[in-house]
Amino acid sequence: MVEIRVPAMSLLVLVGVSGSGKSSFAARHFRPTQVISSDFCRGLVSDDENDQTSTPDAFDVLHYIVGTRLRRGLFTVVDATNVQPEARRELIALARRHHVLADAVVLEVDPAEAQRRNDSRADRDFGTHVIPRQHRELRRSMRGIRREGFRRVHVLAADQIDSARFEYEPAWSDRTALTGPFDIVGDVHGCRAELETLLTRLGYEFTRDAEGRAVGAEHPEGRTAVFVGDLVDRGPDSPGVVRLVMGMVAAGTALCVAGNHEVKLVKALAGRKVKIAHGLAESLEQFDAEPEEFRKEAAAFMEGLISHYRLDGGRLVVAHAGLKEEYHGRASGRVRSFALYGDTTGETDEYGLPVRYPWAEEYRGKAVVAYGHTTVPDAEWVNDTICLDTGCVFGGRLTALRYPERELVAVPAEAVWYEPVRPLAPPTPVREPDALHYRDVGGTRVVETGLLGRVKVREENAAAALEIASRFTIDPRLLVYLPPTMSPADTPSEGDLIEHPEPAFDHYRSNGITRVTCQEKHMGSRAVVVVTRDDEAAVHRFGVAGPGAVYTRTGRSFFSDPALTAGLLERIRSAVTAAGLWDRWQTGWLVLDAELLPWSVKAGRLIRDQYASVSAAAGAALPEAVAVLAAAADRGLDVAPLLARETRRLDNAARFRDAFAAYCRPVDGLNGVELAPFQFLAAEGQNLARRPHTWHQEESTRLAGHDTTGTIRATRTRAVDLTDPADRAAAVAWWTTLTDAGGEGMVVKPVTADTAVVMSDAGRPVQPALKVRGPGYLRIVYGPDYTEPENTARLRQRFLGRKRSLALREYALGLEALDRLAGGAPMWRVHEPVFAVLALESEPVDPRL
Amino acid sequence: MTITTTASPATDLGYLLYKHPDRVANFSQSFGTATVFYPRADAETCTAALLLEVDPIRLVKSRGRQSPDFSLGQYVNDRPYAASSLFAVALGKVFATARSGRCDTRPELAKTAIPLELFLPAVPCRGGVEVAHRLFAPLGWEVDARPVPLHDSFPEWGDSRYVSLRLTGTVRLADALNHLYVLLPVLDDAKHYWIDIGEVDKLVRSGGGWLAAHPARNLITRRYLGNRRGLHRVAHARLAELDESGTELDPPVEEESAPEPSDDTPDAPAPTVPLATRRHEAVLAALRDSGAARVIDLGCGSGKLLELLAADPRFTTIAGTDASTHALRLAERRLRLDRAGDRMAARINLFQGALTYHDDRFSGYDAAVLMEVIEHVDPPRLAALTSVVFGSASPATVVVTTPNVEYNRVYEMPDGALRHPDHRFEWDRAQFAHWAEETAARYGYRVDVSGVGEEDAVAGHPTQMGVFRRG
Repeated sequence: MVEIRVPAMSLLVLVGVSGSGKSSFAARHFRPTQVISSDFCRGLVSDDENDQTSTPDAFDVLHYIVGTRLRRGLFTVVDATNVQPEARRELIALARRHHVLADAVVLEVDPAEAQRRNDSRADRDFGTHVIPRQHRELRRSMRGIRREGFRRVHVLAADQIDSARFEYEPAWSDRTALTGPFDIVGDVHGCRAELETLLTRLGYEFTRDAEGRAVGAEHPEGRTAVFVGDLVDRGPDSPGVVRLVMGMVAAGTALCVAGNHEVKLVKALAGRKVKIAHGLAESLEQFDAEPEEFRKEAAAFMEGLISHYRLDGGRLVVAHAGLKEEYHGRASGRVRSFALYGDTTGETDEYGLPVRYPWAEEYRGKAVVAYGHTTVPDAEWVNDTICLDTGCVFGGRLTALRYPERELVAVPAEAVWYEPVRPLAPPTPVREPDALHYRDVGGTRVVETGLLGRVKVREENAAAALEIASRFTIDPRLLVYLPPTMSPADTPSEGDLIEHPEPAFDHYRSNGITRVTCQEKHMGSRAVVVVTRDDEAAVHRFGVAGPGAVYTRTGRSFFSDPALTAGLLERIRSAVTAAGLWDRWQTGWLVLDAELLPWSVKAGRLIRDQYASVSAAAGAALPEAVAVLAAAADRGLDVAPLLARETRRLDNAARFRDAFAAYCRPVDGLNGVELAPFQFLAAEGQNLARRPHTWHQEESTRLAGHDTTGTIRATRTRAVDLTDPADRAAAVAWWTTLTDAGGEGMVVKPVTADTAVVMSDAGRPVQPALKVRGPGYLRIVYGPDYTEPENTARLRQRFLGRKRSLALREYALGLEALDRLAGGAPMWRVHEPVFAVLALESEPVDPRL
Repeated sequence: MTITTTASPATDLGYLLYKHPDRVANFSQSFGTATVFYPRADAETCTAALLLEVDPIRLVKSRGRQSPDFSLGQYVNDRPYAASSLFAVALGKVFATARSGRCDTRPELAKTAIPLELFLPAVPCRGGVEVAHRLFAPLGWEVDARPVPLHDSFPEWGDSRYVSLRLTGTVRLADALNHLYVLLPVLDDAKHYWIDIGEVDKLVRSGGGWLAAHPARNLITRRYLGNRRGLHRVAHARLAELDESGTELDPPVEEESAPEPSDDTPDAPAPTVPLATRRHEAVLAALRDSGAARVIDLGCGSGKLLELLAADPRFTTIAGTDASTHALRLAERRLRLDRAGDRMAARINLFQGALTYHDDRFSGYDAAVLMEVIEHVDPPRLAALTSVVFGSASPATVVVTTPNVEYNRVYEMPDGALRHPDHRFEWDRAQFAHWAEETAARYGYRVDVSGVGEEDAVAGHPTQMGVFRRG
């Protein structure tokens, strides 16, 4: 039996004359989709697998398919004769282009046997000269095939072909099985003392040799240290650092990737000619003082370092200079070069240092990338990447990232060990590091949500949202959430009401839920409030100084006058401070979901153009209609039903007029403006939307209590036990009282263990809330005459399915945005679900629901 | 509406209208029911009343989800109360014979001008009572139009767009009906979705001598033809509605350089060359000077500049981008891309993009144009735009134009007024120069600031232009 070991992610090139049995060999060892054969591609482009004239087109297709599979990281086998070096060269180039390794398997079959096999096939009659020619080409190839760029060439003699077996080797970089936790240490550069201090701070315990030198370290909780490379050069004790790290790696308590300084030092130690600069001289001097044996061991260790590791199931990548996503887990000269030196543009800056392309600013990968190489004043997250080189050797700090905790631990340098060439502060970036990209929002998109899985956004909706987002919405850094739409309760099966609490209760009861909370629905305009404690907190979390933002359901600033926004935020900030929330929740910012009253503050123009206009027209027309009908009736004409109807309509119009007027109130600046926060959404590290409803109610009432300006209004709620008929009846009465007093109605929310994720008995997500609006309010929605029996009968036939599906999807997206915000996700990741809510809101759904 | 005559015998009105004074006549319409009856009918005075009951629910349900008027407005609708275009349709149908001037029983009377009083208690009238006078007075009516207040409890809201309209005059009945039939929709000036535009257009064209000779003929035709809107704004309309702010979402596709001309434009002296044209010329000249071959118009609107670029072969690659898909469709139509040859089609690329989002598709051009674009961006978001254009796309040349607010006084605009409702700001020359210098310094450009258009000794040019060159 012959065992063939190939990389798990690679290109395998089969080589053999026609009739050598490549296809049967491939069919035996690989899945059909893994094998791309030239015959198959000929068939695709010519309907004839043996049409040799189609060969160039067939290979175009073959290269395209193989390239696509390699880009997607799939193991791929090419089944073609590949007896000519040019054919193989193209495939090797293709593999390199996608940064995967290529192996070749050569099937050595007696040409006579191959000829016999072809003769037995009716569709293969390309003459007797072909196989001998291919055989000659193959023989010639065998001399140089090992130098063509294959990682390995496996040659199978005729009698080995049937017994061959494949083994798949994971990539060297693949340490995805290690889950940590990890302590990732930035560039050490020979600062042994600081490294020992840092490891001590992190909780490691040292092993020391007879001379007291640290030769190993272990964490009692089994944590693993990961070094980002550049252990050596510039600093006072590069050998000491290597000794310690080497020991830790050998003992399995640390991993280490190669840095550019190791690469150069290895060359220098091997006696190769390198330019002695950037602190190499110090290292060479220090290593010269070490015994030969240690020098050799250290050189072998540094030479054996690989350029990057994938850890924790692929969720963490460590590379010296960072790594863009398409290089993760790949192997090629370019991948190694990126990992060692970064994405250099070939230019140098005014200090003679290479200019690097800011790959992290465009990084959209799923994995966290921790790296060093470029000295930064502070380790900061940029799109889930973080540079940990805080310039210890230049007198800065030595920094470690605790993963998955995402905590930074740093110790200061004991001295300026080496004068920096360039000041530590980086040059002004040409763009914000967390800037948004069209690719983050444009086109048909699928957003992953914790609640519903994949939520799709159609291209046309994204296009509509893009226009709104670019023309009207506030700074996306502050636009961290958009509220979802909400479905009304089912229409009662009997009676003449369109909405009533009972169907909402029934809805939840039938989904296995026994407790709900009823929350007063304020009739104003929805407002999301982002309030910050101070500029420092604002800049730290959002990258924007200032008090925060107050914005509408579509992400516009609620007030066009910035002074009003600032004034309202100041009032909220004072209440939050007085309530002690900053300290209690350990946060410098808060996001609240609220209703801003009165309605006329924002909807003033709509009310005048729409509601008041209709009311004015009715007020002018209906009395005249009633008067002329009365005159006609006096003349004995049969207009009695018409007169009765117009008289009722006159009354309806008056009710309509009072209904919307109840929500209008003149305000002067902020005087008269009220804010009713009914839910806390997020604070530092916390998705507050997941807290119980009772908590929100208590905290918002408390907050209102600490407001001294009369701005913050409390929200009334009521808990209901759905299994208790008396309790339900009391809740209905509560709703009736609210709506009779001119209230809009109420919102019914299920009460379960996890507030945010409510599942039915059947395991399906349940509507997070249902609204039940009062009959008076519905007149504003359905028109003055909606209570006329023939109108009510028709209006009661409403289809809620689409609205509910939309409500659930938007809810999932909103919750996802808050999870991401609380989890410290990069800005584009928070913006993605927020933008998706905006896009979904442009879907056609009956706006009256 | 009531129609009253004091012609003798007044009850002859019944013959003219083809509706018997002692009967109640019902006419079913697709959107409701019209009823004709006579509250008074004696020899001295005869009054006919047309009462239209519009069923808003039927209106809503008969229209698809994709129709442009699918909105909250439909149940809460003035159509059941106001004498709108819908009322005009009903009037036209119910009194079709009378409108034609035919009367088999009283042929002479039908040809005669008789004393009439028409009363409509609630007529939607954009422009207020003054427009009602302008439309009806030239036709021989004595016009008594009174504004209807919006809401008694909120006097600060002022008047509604409705007037109560009483027309008195001696007019042929057929003419009177036709006056209303044509002019009610003109007064309404609202969306005409529910009426057959073809039908009305025909009438506008053949509206008889009175229409052709009407001094406000321009206004009448413009209001007819100006109110057609496509389906493409549907998604945006929904979002606007959701926002409840009631602001207009229509993008500034092509804007006027000066305030919109009033309804009577013909006598206004036209400037020799429109400012927009001079701006295009200035931008093109700057692009030619720069030697650019590949040009991208950022915020291309309906593509006027793209059309000019396409006409010049030195521009080998032309791209246009806009946040508005509606604008891009207009540009596509203007450039006739569907009918263009392969070469032309390969030379021009249109795509939706937003200037506050970084975009690889903005890169690879020699020059970028921001013509009348920056003033549509909220000041806090301007930094994002400059980062995208100057920092990320960073073409060798960027041409920026924007209004010079100092010049607004030459247009005799009130203080603080802006030239377009979507403008978020308009800068004076110092502000623009400051921004240009700062942006240039930050992103490594040099900038030359100049002006476009008729120069005013004090206010400068109406448009300011900055040409940025990298390096």
